[in-house]
Amino acid sequence: MIDTFADTIRRAAADGKTLRIRGGGSKDFYGVALEGDVLDTSGYAGVVDYEPSELVMTVRSGTPLTEVETKLAECGQMLAFEPPHFGASSTIGGAVASGFSGPRRAAAGSARDFVLGARVLDATGRDLSFGGQVMKNVAGYDLSRFIAGSFGTLALITELSLKVLPRPVAETTLRFEMNEAQAIEAMNRWAGQPLPLSATCFVDGKLWVRLSGAKAAVDAAVKKLGGEQPADAIAFWTSLRDQTHPFFADAATLWRLSIRSTAQPLQLGSQLIEWNGALRWVAAADAESAHGAAQSAGGHATLYRGGAKAAGIQRLAPPVLALHQRLKRALDPQGVFGRHRIHPEF
Amino acid sequence: MGKPELLDPTPEALADRDEVVRRLLAGLPRHCVLAAPEELKPYECDGLSAYREVPLAVALPENEAQVRHVMRVCNEARVPVVARGAGTGLSGGALPHPRGVTLGLSKMKSILSIDPVARTAVVQPGVRNLAISEATAQYGLYYAPDPSSQIACSIGGNIAENSGGVHCLKYGLTVHNVLKLRFVTIEGEVLELGGEGLDAAGLDLMALAIGSEGLLGVVTEITVKLLPKPQLARVVLAAFDSLEKAGEAVANVIAAGIIPAGLEMMDKLATGAVEQFVRAGYPLDAEAILLCESDGTPEEVAEEIEHMSEVLRASGATEIRLSKDEAERLKFWSGRKSAFPAVGRLMPDYFCMDGTIPKRQLGKVLRGIEALSKEFGLQCPNVFHAGDGNLHPLIMFDANVPGQQDIAVRFGAKILELCVEAGGTITGEHGVGIEKIDQMCVQFRPAELETFHAVKSAFDPMRLLNPGKAVPTLQRCAEMGAMHVHRGQEKFAHLPRF
Repeated sequence: MIDTFADTIRRAAADGKTLRIRGGGSKDFYGVALEGDVLDTSGYAGVVDYEPSELVMTVRSGTPLTEVETKLAECGQMLAFEPPHFGASSTIGGAVASGFSGPRRAAAGSARDFVLGARVLDATGRDLSFGGQVMKNVAGYDLSRFIAGSFGTLALITELSLKVLPRPVAETTLRFEMNEAQAIEAMNRWAGQPLPLSATCFVDGKLWVRLSGAKAAVDAAVKKLGGEQPADAIAFWTSLRDQTHPFFADAATLWRLSIRSTAQPLQLGSQLIEWNGALRWVAAADAESAHGAAQSAGGHATLYRGGAKAAGIQRLAPPVLALHQRLKRALDPQGVFGRHRIHPEF
Repeated sequence: MGKPELLDPTPEALADRDEVVRRLLAGLPRHCVLAAPEELKPYECDGLSAYREVPLAVALPENEAQVRHVMRVCNEARVPVVARGAGTGLSGGALPHPRGVTLGLSKMKSILSIDPVARTAVVQPGVRNLAISEATAQYGLYYAPDPSSQIACSIGGNIAENSGGVHCLKYGLTVHNVLKLRFVTIEGEVLELGGEGLDAAGLDLMALAIGSEGLLGVVTEITVKLLPKPQLARVVLAAFDSLEKAGEAVANVIAAGIIPAGLEMMDKLATGAVEQFVRAGYPLDAEAILLCESDGTPEEVAEEIEHMSEVLRASGATEIRLSKDEAERLKFWSGRKSAFPAVGRLMPDYFCMDGTIPKRQLGKVLRGIEALSKEFGLQCPNVFHAGDGNLHPLIMFDANVPGQQDIAVRFGAKILELCVEAGGTITGEHGVGIEKIDQMCVQFRPAELETFHAVKSAFDPMRLLNPGKAVPTLQRCAEMGAMHVHRGQEKFAHLPRF
């Protein structure tokens, strides 16, 4: 199948065509533009190597995310970046290519953080490997992590080696009634203490706090923090991860602001806050206000769903943009893997 | 063999030493530019002292504007730039270029700000790794990556090498603990990479910048993440009568769902060397010892220590000791942390290798190293970060015995090839630098190296930044006749030769 992919890439290069790499297609809603003929990776599936005591799984990119997570769960392990499932078709390749991370991100790390190695086909169809199957590896530039989040615009990921972690022994969710400013203050204060915080979310006047880890640690934190223990907690975190929560369902357009966690409440309308305050979802905003608010809070805003996507991308500083363009030219000079998915200018 | 040839094809310089110094002085004060032979001498090597070279000049800027000036001058004059932090690197990454300017960041050593609520600190590149944790301790926070050299090494150097440390299985490497960089290009432009949030717009340029060994740019300001300091840490010392059993114990601990804060192994030669030096109280009859640390809340630690001890006992530990207080914990660690100097006392010289392997290959690779040790006739104690498979075999030799250094270099190269064959890598945390440049030809195929060069060209088309390090030219690989050993395959099977 690798050979077929390589042929497709070489043919596209020869014909001056553009390819759009696609796993399950569950993130087709995202990005500035979907250009080119679909190169479907979903047939290239299966776990290549998994040894739980190594904390590493090597898997083909087209493998369904649910299959990866089921296999890990059987051995008491998980993908700690808690990738969203935007539908049953989500693949592990898409999870890494998008770079999207879920509720556990602030505590555990991002999709990119868990990439140890990648096998890719480059824009000329060459089969290349970067990184490896080991935790520590500083030989050569860190291209496997660089490719995470590039939405298929640099190379076709065929195989990934990911660091995995044991599932926490105990998990409890606490809920507190408070306003937005109080919630931002509490999330940051608790994140600065040795508490087993694995996720936080503020929505509809309530702060949700998930505690995960050793039973003794979770119990001690419950005693210390108080709050109520909602019955529907597992469903809540899943709805947050997969954006099926009513906040997301009701949003006509959805802005994502990645900013300094301590930033005061943004004057941008209805919001849902995650990642101890570092991620703010805004249901409706105009581009200028969203970008302005994000920038003054040390971060950036992206129009995530709906609306005019190109205008929703935060512009990069000119020298940073120029470097992006040079890197794209260096790795995919003909633009075989398409342009403009993550940014209108490269 | 001997010293790897340093020169990479860089363009002909357009100015001589006097002219370069004159231009540097146009933007830097007199005391920040060194050019006299006696001033240059201290910069002739880094922590890998077997390789030495005198630079054309040394520039020691005091601020970002001066860094930009140095870059612009060197870019215009086509003079190589070798960035240098504290000079503690073990792979020769800061070895000077004979026609190049060594750009030392040691004067930029201010902690610019600490935000205890957002749990971040903004620091200059010359700040010592440990100084960050010391300055933030008053807020109950610390900076997690802790390379053994942390009392001396600089955060800028940590960025260049993507440094790890004893606790990185649980807390990650440098790349996992940095939010934002100010990064000066060879043209002297300043790029802001990352951001104050947890991700940034566009491609993940931080992933490329961190660990790029000074080949892509120079960092002038770093925003690091700080973590809450664990309330308590305790360490279990377990002894084993064979290396295999110790290796299995490591796998069993992790398979039991435990992520120790630190998990270190030392073999008998290493514990013997260490005991003469610091008296850490290690059992000297054991073939291997493990140090297994738990940190967190007191409740968490108590629960985890019990679980760890159970698994270690079931894995055949002949003796288990638990640190009873902080003093004893530090004593247990003192042996591991002083392993390098302890070995240094037994022999005039040693090379510290840095391969990483899948943990299940541990027994096989250690047997291989033992066989090589006999073949080359040099002793080789082993200490390693067992939790993440990162080996530090220490090849002992005496450079004053003619030919012995060459033998040690060949022995080291063989160990690294063994690691690649086992599905691992030639360097886990020390970087390629000049030391392992030839083994890069073993680990990577020409097309992969070409891709690295393509990335380099997007940052530094004239290849003025740290030339000759980290990524070998294809020509170099061809000339040395190196053969790529594909991951996980036995040597000589289907090898492309080039």
